[in-house]
Amino acid sequence: MKEFLRSMATRRWFLKTSGAATLTLASSPSMAQPAAETPPLSTEHVDLTINGRPYALDLDPRTTLLDALREHLGFTGSKKGCDQGQCGACTIIVNGQRINSCLALAVMHDGDEITTIEGLVEEGVLHPMQAAFVRHDGFQCGYCTPGQICSAVALLSESRQGWPSYATADVATAPALTDAEIAERMSGNICRCSAYPNIVAAIREVAGEGSQ
Amino acid sequence: MNPFRYERASDVASACASAARPAAKFIAGGTNLVDLMKLQIEAPAQLVDITRLRLDRIEETADGGLRIGALVSNSAAAADMRVRRRYPLLAQAILAGASTQLRNKATTGGNLLQRTRCPYFYDTSKPCNKRVPGSGCAALEGLNRMNAVLGVSDNCIAAHPSDMAVAMTALEAVVETIAPNGSTRAIPIDELYRPPGDMPHIETVLEAGELIASVLLPPPPAGRQIYRKVRDRASFAFALVSVAAILDLEGERVRAARVAFGGLSYKPWRSAEAEAALVGAPATRATFDAAGAAALQNARGYGRNDFKIPLARRTLRATLTQAAGLA
Repeated sequence: MKEFLRSMATRRWFLKTSGAATLTLASSPSMAQPAAETPPLSTEHVDLTINGRPYALDLDPRTTLLDALREHLGFTGSKKGCDQGQCGACTIIVNGQRINSCLALAVMHDGDEITTIEGLVEEGVLHPMQAAFVRHDGFQCGYCTPGQICSAVALLSESRQGWPSYATADVATAPALTDAEIAERMSGNICRCSAYPNIVAAIREVAGEGSQ
Repeated sequence: MNPFRYERASDVASACASAARPAAKFIAGGTNLVDLMKLQIEAPAQLVDITRLRLDRIEETADGGLRIGALVSNSAAAADMRVRRRYPLLAQAILAGASTQLRNKATTGGNLLQRTRCPYFYDTSKPCNKRVPGSGCAALEGLNRMNAVLGVSDNCIAAHPSDMAVAMTALEAVVETIAPNGSTRAIPIDELYRPPGDMPHIETVLEAGELIASVLLPPPPAGRQIYRKVRDRASFAFALVSVAAILDLEGERVRAARVAFGGLSYKPWRSAEAEAALVGAPATRATFDAAGAAALQNARGYGRNDFKIPLARRTLRATLTQAAGLA
C-alpha cells in the first residue's frame, strides 16, 4: 500500500508540473465561429482555492471549471466523460456541494473553494471513501472513479444534514442510508463497467463507520 | 461555444438593464444553458451572471405561504423543512428531477426556464421551429415518444421537461418578476408559458431583461399531496408522464382536487376537466378513471408517443388511488 501511495504522489507531482507547463498555451475551446454579434476575445481573472491552496488564472470566459482544472492546472483526476452533465465523471465538490464541473463556467466560481479527488488524500493516507472503494473493488476501468468518490463523499455530508431523496417515503423525515437511498443518491454517476453493487457496499460501509 | 462577454451583476437593476440588450442572457446555475451553448443551440453574445444577487432565501409570507428566491438551488428548496412539511409535493417533484449534482447547481428560476429536451431541438442537422424559426418540425414524423400530446401545434410538439414546475402548477405558485424599468409583475405559473402556436421559439411571457426574482407559494391547500413520475429508468431521466395531485376527501367523497401533468404539453398541464370530474364524486376507481378520460379527451398522439395518452390516464388513477389511501 505504501508503495502504491508513493507512486500516486509521484504521478500527481508529474501531472501538476506538466500541467503548469501548459499554462502558457492559449485556451482554445473549439468550434468558435465568427458571428455578427461576436464580441472580441477576452480573458477574465479567476481566483480559486483548490484542495486548500490558492490559484490565480486568466481565462477565456468559455472555460469550464473542468477544463480549468484539467487543462490549465493539471488536476487531471477529474475526468471528462460526456461533457454534458449526464455521466458524473467530472464531479467535484465546490463550497461543500458536489457539482458537474463540465457544466460550470470557471469565471462564475471566482473565490470558490474546490475539492477534487487529488485533495482527498491527507498526508499520504487515502480518504476513508477511497480506501473503501479499494477494499470493495468499487471499480474496474477506474475512469468514473474520481467522480464516484467525490460524489460519495458529498453524499455522506448531505445525509448528515438530513437531506431527503426521491427514494425517501416521507420527505419530511431524514432517512437512513439504505442501499436504495444510496443508489438513488448516486444516480448522477454512471459506471459503464457496472461496479454499482461494490460502489454501494463501499459507501454503506463508510456511512456505517460515521454513524458509530 | 461562441465567444461572449461576461458580466457579473452586483444588483438587480443593472442585471436587468444588461440582459435587456440584444443577444444577452441571464445565467445562474447554467446546467441547461452551458450545455446548449456548447452545442451552439444557444449563442448569447453576452452572459449576465446573476449568482451574486441576493435572491437565494426562502421566506415565510404573512398568510402562511413561502417565497422561494429565484437563486435558491433545487437541492436547497427540496431540503428545506418548511417545504418538506407543507409542500411535500414540491420536494418530491424536485427530487424526481435530474441528479444531486445538477440539483445543487440548478436554481428555482432557471428550472422554470429550462428548454425542452426534444431530440430535434438538440439535433442541429434537423429542422426545428423552436431552434430555427420557420425551418419546420422534424419531431412530427420522427422519434417523438418523449413529445407532447396536449396543447401543442403542428409547428412544435415539444414537451416542457421540468418536474418542479408541475408541482408548482398544482400548488398555484406565482412567478414574481422585475423588469428593466423597475416594475414588478406577479404571473400565475399557469400563465408563464406561451402555447407554441406559430411561434414556438417564444416560450414564455417574459420580456427582454425581465428577471424572475422569486416564486410565491400560497398556503398549502387541504388534502394529501403526491407527485408520481413514470420514466424509462428508475432515476435521472425525464418524465414520460408525471402527475402532481392534491386530493382532499370528506368521508368517501372528494371535497377538493388539484391535478397537473408533466411530460404531456409545452407547459405543466393543469387539468380543470379532471378536477371537475373529481369534486363531489366518490373516491373510487370509476371516478379516477372518469377524471383521466376527461383530462385526456382532447389529447392527440403523433405516432410513437400515442402510448402517453393511456399511460397518463393510468398514472392519474394510480396517483389518486394512493392519495385517497386506497392503495
